[in-house]
Amino acid sequence: MTDTQTDVENENDIVDTPEQAASVAKAKSARVEIIGGPPAGASTLVARDACAWFGERLVLEGVDLTMPKGKVTALIGPSGCGKSTFLRLLNRMHELIPGAALDGEILLDGEDIYATGTRAQQIRMRIGMVFQKPNPFPAMSIQENVLAGLKLARLKCDDKDMLVEQSLIRAGLWKEVRDRLDSPGGALSGGQQQRLCIARSLAVHPNVLLMDEPCSALDPTSTRRVEETIDELRDVVTVVIVTHNMQQAQRVSDYCAFFLAEENKPGFVVEHGETDFIFSTPKDSRTLDYVQGRFG
Amino acid sequence: MTATETPAAQAAATRTPPAPRRRAPRRPREFTTFDVWILLGSLVSAISLNWLIFYRFTVGASFFGFIVGSYLTFLVIFAAVTADRVGRLVATDRVMTVVVVSAAAIVFIPLVLLVGYILVQGLKALRPNFFFNDQAGITPVMPSTSGGGYHAIVGTIEQVGLALIESLPLALAAAVFLNESRSKWRRPVRIFVDAMSGLPSIVAGLFIFAVFILPFAKSGNPLFGYNGFMASLALAITMLPTITRTVEVVLRLVPDGLREASLALGSSRARTVWSVVFPTAKTGMTTAVVLGIARAVGETAPLLFTAFGYDLMNANPFAGSQESLPLFVYRNIRKPDISAIERGFAGALVLLLIVLVLFAIARFFGRDRSKSKKRASRVSFSGLKSTFTPSRSTASPAKEASPS
Repeated sequence: MTDTQTDVENENDIVDTPEQAASVAKAKSARVEIIGGPPAGASTLVARDACAWFGERLVLEGVDLTMPKGKVTALIGPSGCGKSTFLRLLNRMHELIPGAALDGEILLDGEDIYATGTRAQQIRMRIGMVFQKPNPFPAMSIQENVLAGLKLARLKCDDKDMLVEQSLIRAGLWKEVRDRLDSPGGALSGGQQQRLCIARSLAVHPNVLLMDEPCSALDPTSTRRVEETIDELRDVVTVVIVTHNMQQAQRVSDYCAFFLAEENKPGFVVEHGETDFIFSTPKDSRTLDYVQGRFG
Repeated sequence: MTATETPAAQAAATRTPPAPRRRAPRRPREFTTFDVWILLGSLVSAISLNWLIFYRFTVGASFFGFIVGSYLTFLVIFAAVTADRVGRLVATDRVMTVVVVSAAAIVFIPLVLLVGYILVQGLKALRPNFFFNDQAGITPVMPSTSGGGYHAIVGTIEQVGLALIESLPLALAAAVFLNESRSKWRRPVRIFVDAMSGLPSIVAGLFIFAVFILPFAKSGNPLFGYNGFMASLALAITMLPTITRTVEVVLRLVPDGLREASLALGSSRARTVWSVVFPTAKTGMTTAVVLGIARAVGETAPLLFTAFGYDLMNANPFAGSQESLPLFVYRNIRKPDISAIERGFAGALVLLLIVLVLFAIARFFGRDRSKSKKRASRVSFSGLKSTFTPSRSTASPAKEASPS
């Protein structure tokens, strides 16, 4: 990272005063109501025969995948095999690209998110997303960034301070920024910005969190912090993470899906299943080759 | 932050003491005092040589030839001496530097002369009473310091203010349409805006005259006669493309990642523009507005058949002809008496000062005030400059050729 100064501040080095520790403990267990927000708890996400086009080009074909409730599912595969496209299909970000089209069903707790009469905004609120490049809003302070979801989706909350603290604790950023919540979000280091983006996504209490290579722009230390964060999010939300880093997929995920695209053909899922299984005894030889680093 | 500085401090403390060898810092691109002497020496010898050639050995040569000859000789001498001292590579670099710097100076001279001339001429008639008096009771025999341009200043402020109120919502809407929508009509609209920015400003005035003033000439309704409001409409037409294009550029500089992030949080597109794109581009948009004002404030041609001009104070922009600073300048400088011409120059000076103040305001709002220089990607004027400098010469009074 360009800014190593703030990254050196390891959260474990910061010692809490008794009041601060009590506040953290309280915030961790607190239940903050968000009026008009998503229903409570994690959700199961199921893709049935999902296909995606950019213009006339079919880039993803026939993906059947279940992302179980409260688990971490990793999508792995070489570049250009449609992992990110699939991820964007899951919260209706795909349709924002001009010329993009899709087919199949994406079921969120059994309901098709592409059903007529379903608002994309409502779906995106329930299925949060963290992008490859950290993108906090530069015109907002750290606190405003965390609360941006409420403002943008016009939600109300009874205890905003508690929500900020809780979201930042969950994203593993609270101790580093609690004294400067009013400073601009853009002033943080890259790793901190990414965790701020995670906190921002978590603040609306989504049922699912999609992560599109969240660590590819980060250094190893920040990557470890984000991975710890993902680990702590288990059970709170369903996490779907796209990663190029196979060790990372192995470390953080419970389930794994291997995507592949042969030359000039659309991407598809070669194999999916429990992570341990995929990484040790996959059924398909291409999966074995990939996870052992023989290609890709 | 103390935790972070400690390792660096320790490293500094444990670093080995400097080696006994005396260290002389080397700066390969340094331009030393000696080089300055070479430069001056080359200049003096070139001028002397050309003086001999043009004024002693030949007769009837022009001064212009002397200047050009001196300059070229200077370059040759400077190149030869530098090449002899530090080699051809460095000499080429220095000669090119000198050429570029002198070209910049040549471009700068007319600007300085122009501003200087207006300053000298304008100060003759500019007294504090210029800001508190109109032209009531002024006869041609009175000195130029009597009377003032108070009515023109008020007229300018009212007309430009109204023009801003009329054009800003339209310009913002157009810029948002051009940059945030996915309509297929964006291209035609962009071409139209570009064409509009090339519209001679007198045509804007003529348009208002032909559409709003002339057809209602016999109705006697003061709203559709010569007045400040009609002038503001004409000015709004000239401001609209400037503000639209500048705001559009500023909006384009807002990273797409922020829009995606906002949409992914469950925001609507309209809300994204309002709560994410606008705040991020705030400083640049302020600059765009000030640039638009600065463009309109110096326009004369659109006012000729709309505000018409008036020697007395008329604070009501909706009835009766009104003065404005450019009109004041235009009307006074055409008068035959010296004192009126001097008053015109005073008006020009005040106009220059107003433009200067506006640009100072734009600079003030345009600077990036967020502490983190590295990361904050607030879109500011600094991002704009690269795209817009060539056509934005409004800072100088030598404005885009407007037929006024």
